[in-house]
Amino acid sequence: MSAESLAEPQPSSDFITGVRESIPIVLAVLPFGLLFGALATEHGLSLFDIILMSATIYAGASQMVGIELFDANIAPWVVVLSIVAVNFRHVLYSATMGRYLDHWTPLQRAFGFFFLVDPQFAEAESRRESGRQVSFAWYMGLALPVYVCWVAESWLGALFGQFIPDAHTFGLDFILPIYFLSMVMSFRKRPLWLPVVGVSAIASVIAYRTIGSPWHVSIGALAGVVLGAAVAPAAPQEDRH
Amino acid sequence: MSAATIFWVIIAGAVFTYLTRAGGHLVLSRFDRVHPRVEAGLNAVPAAVLTTLVAPAAMEGGPAEIAALVTGAVISLLGGGMMTIFFTGAAVLIALRHFLG
Repeated sequence: MSAESLAEPQPSSDFITGVRESIPIVLAVLPFGLLFGALATEHGLSLFDIILMSATIYAGASQMVGIELFDANIAPWVVVLSIVAVNFRHVLYSATMGRYLDHWTPLQRAFGFFFLVDPQFAEAESRRESGRQVSFAWYMGLALPVYVCWVAESWLGALFGQFIPDAHTFGLDFILPIYFLSMVMSFRKRPLWLPVVGVSAIASVIAYRTIGSPWHVSIGALAGVVLGAAVAPAAPQEDRH
Repeated sequence: MSAATIFWVIIAGAVFTYLTRAGGHLVLSRFDRVHPRVEAGLNAVPAAVLTTLVAPAAMEGGPAEIAALVTGAVISLLGGGMMTIFFTGAAVLIALRHFLG
């Protein structure tokens, strides 16, 4: 791509770096991909629908919510609304990331945002914070293995769900929270980190206990973001870059 | 739900999910400059959102789960990498679940 040649590091080496950094994510997500395939089969979804769901929606938590609702007697639009409710946090991700993707072409942005799942956003923010450029090549190097494995795991889970070992014994069910915790820790140099984490934790737990999942994600996140915005200096800064 | 309905629910879910992923940027890019408060709010997004994915799991978890998360946090503070955090956290979790039942 001609515009790409202006970027300093070669796209190919950035891509490889992305692929290498995707390994922990692929491992953390693995049990959930298999579990989704297995549960979706139990809920009577066809193999085609399972793979279609993973390949097009590509958002684990909302897919789990979706399959729970398919066999309940619920209006289709309510199922769609529930899926969107779980995924609404992505609005914040693309607003946050979009600020430093000026060097991407509009087409790269339109394509790249499809892959903007939780770990993808966390790694991009982390990379940008360490002063390295979030290049399209790095982004796709990270995104493609996670995406391909997610779709493949749903398929394997659907076919061999009954052979999945007890996730609890091997601690597999808790790998994702450990991964997300380590990402939370990686942002600890940011201003207001501790108050934001504290407020989001409390708000999300209260929401989890009262309103219930998945709303605790949006409510908890909103509480932290509002705190960050409210405590920030009101005077406009000279430069935002 | 019929097979055709399920198909269209999946497609609609995918379209709206994509819109959430592109939408934040589409809205924000309409503005020439970002208000400092919005800027500060967006800088809080990673810690805020990722915390909500951990906190309820920690609350619902028993001593083994809490210990695993604390281990992960301590190793992160000591400068440990992602894989170190993973394997020590998982080791603590598996061991404690085994011994605590």
